[in-house]
Parts: sequence; C-alpha cells; structure tokens
Amino acid sequence: MEKKIGVYICTDCEIGSSLDIDKLTKVAIKQKASVVKTHPSLCQKEGVEFIKRDMAQEGVNAVIIAACSSRVNYDVFNLGIPLVERVNLREGVVWTHTPNDEDTQMMAEDYIRMGILKMQKMEAPEPYKVENLSKNVLVVGGGLAGITAANEAAKAGYDVFLIEKNDSLGGWMTKIYKQAPTKPPYTDMEEPFINNLIKEIQQNPKIKIYTSSLIEKIEGSPGIYDVTVKQNGNLETFRAGAIVEAAGTVPYDATKIIHLGFGKYPNVVTNYMMEDMTLKGTIVRPSDGKPVKSVAFIQCAGQRDENHLPYCSATCCVESLKQAKYIRLQDPDSKAYIFYRDMRTPGHYEYFYKSMQNDAGVFLTKGDVIGITEDENKNLAIEVENTLLGEKIRVNADLVVLATGMVPVTALGEEILPPGVKPGDEFIPYVMIETDILNLVYRQGGEVPVLVNGYPDSNFICFPYETRRTGIYAAGSVRAPMDISSTIIDATGAALKAIQCIELTARGEALHPRVGDISYVDIFMQKCTQCKRCTEECPFGAINEDEKANPLYNPTRCRRCAICMGACPERIMSFKNYSVDMIGNMVKNIEVPEEEEEKPRAIVFVCENDAYPALDMAGLHRLSYNPFIRVVPLRCIGSMNLVWVADALSKGIDGILLLGCQYGEDYQCHMATGSHLAKIRLSKVAETLDRLKLESGRVQMTQVSISEYHKIPQILDEFMEKLKGFGPNPYKGF
Amino acid sequence: MVEEKRILVVGGGISGISAAVDAAEVGYDVTLIEKNPHLGGRVAQLNKYFPKLCPPNCGLEINFRRIKNNPRIKIYTLAEVEKISGSEGDFDVTVKLNPRYVNENCTACRACVEVCPIERPNEFNFGMDKTKAVYLPQDFAFPLRYVIDDKLCKKAECAKCVEACTYNAIDLNMKVQSLSLKVGSIVWATGWKPYDAAKIDNLGFGKYQNVITNMMLERLAAQNGPTNGKILRPSDGREVSRVAFVQCAGSRDENHLPYCSYVCCLASIKQASYIREQYPDAQVIIFYIDIRTPGRYEKVYLKAQKDEKIKFIKGKVAKIEEDPATKDLTVTAEDTLSAQKIHEKFDLVVLATGMAPTTREWKIPANVSYDVDGFITSSPEIGGMYAVGCALKPLDVYSSIQSSTAAALKAIQSLVRR
Repeated sequence: MEKKIGVYICTDCEIGSSLDIDKLTKVAIKQKASVVKTHPSLCQKEGVEFIKRDMAQEGVNAVIIAACSSRVNYDVFNLGIPLVERVNLREGVVWTHTPNDEDTQMMAEDYIRMGILKMQKMEAPEPYKVENLSKNVLVVGGGLAGITAANEAAKAGYDVFLIEKNDSLGGWMTKIYKQAPTKPPYTDMEEPFINNLIKEIQQNPKIKIYTSSLIEKIEGSPGIYDVTVKQNGNLETFRAGAIVEAAGTVPYDATKIIHLGFGKYPNVVTNYMMEDMTLKGTIVRPSDGKPVKSVAFIQCAGQRDENHLPYCSATCCVESLKQAKYIRLQDPDSKAYIFYRDMRTPGHYEYFYKSMQNDAGVFLTKGDVIGITEDENKNLAIEVENTLLGEKIRVNADLVVLATGMVPVTALGEEILPPGVKPGDEFIPYVMIETDILNLVYRQGGEVPVLVNGYPDSNFICFPYETRRTGIYAAGSVRAPMDISSTIIDATGAALKAIQCIELTARGEALHPRVGDISYVDIFMQKCTQCKRCTEECPFGAINEDEKANPLYNPTRCRRCAICMGACPERIMSFKNYSVDMIGNMVKNIEVPEEEEEKPRAIVFVCENDAYPALDMAGLHRLSYNPFIRVVPLRCIGSMNLVWVADALSKGIDGILLLGCQYGEDYQCHMATGSHLAKIRLSKVAETLDRLKLESGRVQMTQVSISEYHKIPQILDEFMEKLKGFGPNPYKGF
Repeated sequence: MVEEKRILVVGGGISGISAAVDAAEVGYDVTLIEKNPHLGGRVAQLNKYFPKLCPPNCGLEINFRRIKNNPRIKIYTLAEVEKISGSEGDFDVTVKLNPRYVNENCTACRACVEVCPIERPNEFNFGMDKTKAVYLPQDFAFPLRYVIDDKLCKKAECAKCVEACTYNAIDLNMKVQSLSLKVGSIVWATGWKPYDAAKIDNLGFGKYQNVITNMMLERLAAQNGPTNGKILRPSDGREVSRVAFVQCAGSRDENHLPYCSYVCCLASIKQASYIREQYPDAQVIIFYIDIRTPGRYEKVYLKAQKDEKIKFIKGKVAKIEEDPATKDLTVTAEDTLSAQKIHEKFDLVVLATGMAPTTREWKIPANVSYDVDGFITSSPEIGGMYAVGCALKPLDVYSSIQSSTAAALKAIQSLVRR
C-alpha cells in the first residue's frame, strides 16, 4: 500500500501565536507531504475527528502530528494505525524559545522537515512470529526458590521442567530444624514447610521433575530454548520458552576463617553445622559429644570483610537468634552469647530480636572478636573488644558458632572477560563466570553475566528482574542474599517474568524496556564484513556467530535497543521503523545557513528514555534554551552510528552533542551498556574529524539524568559557546 | 459503568504500578486505581534512590510509557475503593471517583493558575511551599493534568479559572461518580505514610523548625521541591554546615512503631551524601542503634564510613533542644560504645522516621486480617487478595517491586482457577 502522508499542524498552546504557520505549511508541502492542514486544537475531540476524516476520505495512512511532545496525549493520538509520528513544536520549540523569532521559526521548520523525512523512510513493522514456540518454563534448581517458581508457574497453567542436580529436592531447607518467625506475633519459630511443598509439586502433573540431573546445554532463545538434560548418563532434549535460574548458594568456606579457630578447634562450628546438629537431635560438643551448656555466636564471620565476603548475607543475625533459641529450649540453664557488629533484624524480625533480648539466658552485645583460645578440655574462650560494656571482655563457651555467609553458585567458577578486555579496563561490557549451570550456547558465554560479588542480580532498582539475558530470570539466594519469605516472593516473581516473556514472545513483542515494540532487526547480509562488532556489543547476547563470524540474529533475545545498528560500520542492521538511513536522512536535511548569517547549527542526539523527557520538563518549566540546536531522539544513545556524525559535519553542521544516561559502575542506561558504548565510539571519531580537518571538540557527549532538566539550557549553551570558539564549520555550503 | 472481569490494583505507587504493568504485559486486563490525582506515590517524592543514587523519575518514566502503550491497563486517579463483595474470581467492587474539576481537554497550559486567587499548602512538599487551589500535583505528574482542591476552591463564587481556560477544561460542577467493577482478584498496594514525627515528644518535631523528617529532606534536595533542590534550613533559609540524623525516630520503639522500618539507615546514608555533595565542608553525624544495610547495600555503608565528614555514633538520641535566638539545635545522646554523654550543636536535625502502613488507620472494606501494626497479613476466607510492597511489611523499593511482580502472578492464578 502506498504511503500517503498527512501533516497536521496544531496552532494551540502558543504554537499558532509564536510561529508563522503558513510558512510551516509551505515547508511541509515542499517536502512532499500529500496533505498538509492546520487545526486550532488537535488534541480536542474535533481535532482528532479532523485527522480521522482525512484518513477515511483522503486515504491518509501516515500521520504526522506537529503539536505537543509524544509523551502527552498519547491516548488521544492513538489513531489505530502504525505510522504516526509526533513533531514536538510545543515543549521542544515554542515553550522553550522566543516567540515570532526567525531562529525559532527555522527550528520548527527543520523539525517539520525531519518529521516528514523520517516518515518517508518508515515502514510499518510486522511482529516476529516464532514457529513451534514452547510455553513451558524451565526451572534450574530444586531448592525452595526453584520449587516455588515451578509450583507457582504451574498454578497459572504452565507446564514446567524442574532440574535438580542432587538426588532429592528441597536444598538447604531440608537441612534446617526450624524456620525463623514470619507470622504475627513474629516471635515463634515455625516448622519447615518444605516437605509439603515437595509433595505438592511431585503430585502436580504439570511439573516434570528431573533429579540427579545437569544441564548439558541450552540452545536457542526465548520461546524456542532447546534444553538438553543429562540424567544418569542419559541425554534428553526438550523445548522451553523461558528459564528461571534458582541454583542457590553454598556456605562460605569456613576453613578460610582460621583466625576464628575453625578447623583448628573442634568445638568451633558453622551456623550450617549447628542447624544440622539440632536437626539430628541434641546440640553437643563435637570434641566429646557432651551436651552444650553455653554457646557463643560470632556474627559476620568472614562477612562484611574485604578479605572474605564484602557483603552482608542478610539472614545470619536472625538465624543466630533462632539458634540461640534452640540451645535455650534444649537446656533452660544454658547460656547463649551473640557478638554482633550491627544486629540486623529488619522489619518484623525486630519482634523476634526483642523477644530474645527479654530472655535472661541470652546475652547480646556489639563487639569485635579479637581472638579465640582453647584449653586442655577443649573449652573455648572468646575475647571481645569495643563492647557495649565499654571494656574488653572474655567469655567462656562450650561451643562457638560462626555465622558464616552464603556464596551464590554462580560465583563458583573462572571469571572470564570478553575478548580483548582486561581487568581494570575503563569499559568492561560484562563479566561472565563459567560455572556449568546453564551452559547456554551463546556467543557471549554460557551463563548469565554477573553483577557484583558473583551474583546475577539486576542493576536496576525499578526493575529487579532485569538480567542481561532475555528470558532468563535469577531467583532466590543465587541472585542476592535473602531470607525464606523473600525467596518465596522472589521465585514467584521470577515465574511471572518467565511467563510474561513467553507471552510477549508469542505475540512478537519486545520485553522490557521497549515492551510491546514489534519491530526487529533486518540484517542485509550481503554487505557484512564479519567484523563481529554487533555480536560483541549487543548487551543482551542476542547475536550468535557462525564459524565464519557471520552474525546469527535471535529476534526473541533482542530488546530492540538498536545498539547493533550503532555498532555496524557497514550500516546493515535496520528496523522497519528505525534505521541508519532514516536518521541519516533527517540529519542531512537540516537546513544549514550560510556562514555569514552567523547561525550555527548543532545536532543533539538524545536518549529517548531519559534525556528526552528532561528536555520536555525544561519545556514544561518554560526554560529557554539555544535555538540553534536540533534534537534527534534515539532509542538508546548506543544506537548512534558514527556515519551520522560524518554526514552532519560534511554538511556544515557545526557540532554534535550526545545526551545519554550515566555509565560506569552505577550505570543508568536501560540498555546496560548503550551510553558507555556511545562514549567509546565517540572517542574513535577523532580520526574522522582529522580527515575532515575539524576540531575533535565539535563532537561531545554529556551524561544527563531525567531529573536534571534544569541543567539542559546550560549544557546546550556551554556547548554552543564552545563551538563558537572553533568558528564555523568550513564545510558549510558544500 | 460496568467493566469486564479483570485484576484490580489498588494504589498507584511504584508497587501498584509494577503489579499492574506486569500482569497486563502477560496479557490480562488490569484496572489501577489511585486516590491521589497522579501516579507515582511515595517514590515520586524521593530525590534519589539508594544505592545507585539514581532518580526515581527515570523508572517511573519507563513504567508510565508501559502504561501509555498498553491498552490492557485502565487507570483511574482520585479513586477510592468504597465497597467490596464476593470472593476470589468473582468480586464486585464499587469505586468512588472524586471530582478533579478538570477534564481531559486540559493541555497543562497554566492559564488557570495565573488567575486563581487561592493558595494551599503543597502536601507533595510536606507543606513547605504552596500551590494555587488549581494546581499540577508535581512536575512529572502522570497523567499530566491539573486538578482543583475540592476543599479550598470557592467554585461558582469565583470561577476565574473557568473564564481563563480556553479549552473548556474546567468544570466546577463535576460530581462524585461511582464505578462498578467486576474483578477476579485484587492487589493491595496501599503503601505507607511517614510516621507522624510530632508524636515523638523528645525530638522536637513540630516545635522546632529546623527539626525535619527524612521525607522532608528528600523534597528539599529535589530540583522540583520547594527550594529547587537546595538544602536550606526551614527557619531562616540559611545553608547548613552541621547536620544530625536521628535513626529509629519512632521505629524500634514500643511507644511508636515497634518494628524496624528497614529503609531508614540506607536513606540517611544516602541523604548524608546529598548534604556532602551540596556542602563539601559540612559535617554529618548519624546517631544509630544498629546500621542495617543488608546484602550488597553493605557497600553503601562502607563508602560512607570512608568519608571523614560523616560520623556514625551508636547511641539513641535522648532529647533535642533549640536555642530560640539562633534556632540552632542541641542534640543530647549517649555514645553507647564510649559510655559518654554527647551534647552537640547542629543547624539541622533530620529524623529518620519510619514507615507506617496506610492500613494502620484506614481499613479495607472487606474481610482482611492485619497484624498489630496494621500490615495486611491475609484474606483467609475470601481469597483472591494480595498485599504488596509496604502494605505487606516495611520494604525498600527493590523488594517492593519483587513483591508486586509475585502478586501479579498470584492475581493471575486467581483468574485462571475460575
């Protein structure tokens, strides 16, 4: 169907009173829009009807609305057709610039022109449909998190494969005597419920359980994962749609905590051993089997310690209080001492802490344990300083329990950096620890990249299930240290995300953060030079490689960030509605006034997730900013292709500014590495500039967050001031 | 108005938004109702999140976009649940829609604000500044539409705004409406309120102007707050050089909130960084009982400990006194490690007040159980109801959202079961 473009210019909200609308109309006509009309208030009912009438009567099927920002009136301008483009004349032009000014007018004209050019290059995307899609969920790990995820997914109607490497289910939960309180009044220990849960899933026909099994490999992508499982030497392959990684943790190796006597003194045990002992019957001294009368708990053993685990395992304070209760229940005359650094009993656990404080047989103090000694009878003496008693104290105990922390199994392997990346490099795209858990057949390695301390946690506070591998969700203590109730919540949430991934994939829609986007990458393979940039730079590992280094794109892994489009020097990565050619065309058609006019031009590429809303907020606050800039929103600043820089500069544009998200350790880029990659690409632009005999300062990137809208005018002014120093681009007029 | 069977999410803060969006993206229809005129809840009032010090509006923006693009989500602001009957899979819910007095014609042009003669304390900024009776709830408000304060507007008697609005967007005759919903399950994302610091006698809040709460400091530090992001003393607008944080102000205290509010240690450390960033010479002292920075949050604590201008003193604050002339404050506390009494002077004291669930005071009109503090525990007989976020227990943003994602699945199961 031929595209018939209609341009509708709204004259409301000061647009009509600030701009010469006739001239805008002429620009649109000259740009070959089929229908160009103005309306006093497009967002009102009559305005929308006005557009719809043209769609019905004139056959307009591609609509450009030159009015307010696309962030508002999204529902009003939902016209039921895919090709709708918004040209932001309100927040982006008249609310931020001098009315009825030549420069303001030129800005609006450029935006109209760019909008039409964009539409001319845009095609309606069709969703990518997967053949033989599986809606089954694969759960890796049969502990509390895995069992919960399996159970909850099945309850929502999905079939589940549950893989456990041990011969029985339940994990750590089967090894504990009692659970810490989770129900009002939050002071009573609870019976472990894991056995009921195991029974429940064993009886559920929707859940297929593989014990004593390991994953040999996982090929494919969301919706079409082909999973090969090895059980007792037999291989079996099945298809799954999404994956919950609930592989759990192991205790920190206590033999590393020699300074606290573990391995040296038989009566120094770990919290895990204490649990096991209680479960088996009586708490006794390992040295002589005598019942224990006094126990000293040492908190943060090998934790919150840069030589061991730098983090806090979040559960040990409550666990030690619970174990103190074990000993107090076993023998009412017994004594429990707990030496802590900070008593961490968040939320309702405070009630449990309080109840234990009220027990005269439990002695709690902040303090630093400086040493443990053993006498000839294997009794232990613990020396503690900086206590709340204000002095150094010495406590004798039959048994010492070290509250050791947890280590995710995802951390138990060799850390592998991407090819060409060294530790300490400014930019480390991802850290992969090869552990043999998932064995993904991905070009970027077999596991989910880890964030910190070997945990495959999310970097995003607002999006806790975000991982670098589409369709794979970590759950439970493998993702972060957490207690039982958090694990249940986390695993249930991970099951939801797995199901959500499957359903979105089935509809051909992208996942977070571009949820619902149905466009996907088309690769013009004839021009591929096998340079591998796309396969290396994709933050989500969406592109595999064949043996000749040709990219093998997996659409259902793709998040549509278009970072590959920015990476590709041959410009062969394109979306139907977003391409190098499209943006390049917009850039090349910005009108560049003659040098004598002293009207410089700069292009500002902005991240549409954060910088663009910030510009909008500047508009809402009527902050005025430089009229010589032209804003071009990008899906992610990482989709910026260097050819645009060359295109723009060779046309006489004086400078290019990128407004992207914060990168580095606490990155805010929703596409993980997009903004950092853009920065790196820019650093390589110097060569192009040299060739053109231009100053490298003409191209620059600034990190800006969504709340920094007040800084926008200053950032732009400073950049324009800098360009002024360089003088006009000598290529003007070419 | 009657709608098809769907999931109802009550509360449009980050927890409610996340639950709604997650369920809708699976493919279920969701109605999200919020009693305020805009979505975003408590997190919209925060300047930054710990541990990354990133702006909450960033995540809200993405979530709002997900709502905008998803026809399966229907939102109602100024909406409150009035009546619930039925049980899992088959609830009838009556929702009261309070009048906004501004209709969808509003373009956020502000002409109404210019002519409105009435001012009101801005509750979004905890009363530290004022808005007109017709106002935009906040800069990033979603939906971006003005609203009129029902209590203060003189309506027909004044009606200057009606005249000023060229879009016929103001309708002072709007009435309360009622909405009937048929839903299969309900997610309670009713959130929390800062504990009323005025109840803590010895800390002087409400008596001394320069004793503020942690939530007030968030507003002072935010660009869209009452001071455009500059942290200034409320008494005289002066810059600050010595700031005290009082942890567990009303938390872990049987006379107030007996539980630990989980986020306050991290919030204070984060806020100390706001002060240190704005005032490189300022001294910050944090009085605490235990510093609770679980998991990888430990890193945040470590970083603060390395800052020599931030001092941590283990000890509960006994009292705060004001010098009436200078409005400076003297904090009395006991350093429990050195067993010494401390009297220190500050020009600003921030109380790390805890979180009280909204359901501490307001109860759901259905058979729902609560614990003694008002947190929702269960709905044993009727089923199909799930509490999330701080309606469940004191949680940080990250864990709140996890609970929302989990509840989205539970809510879906309630529909699937039927």
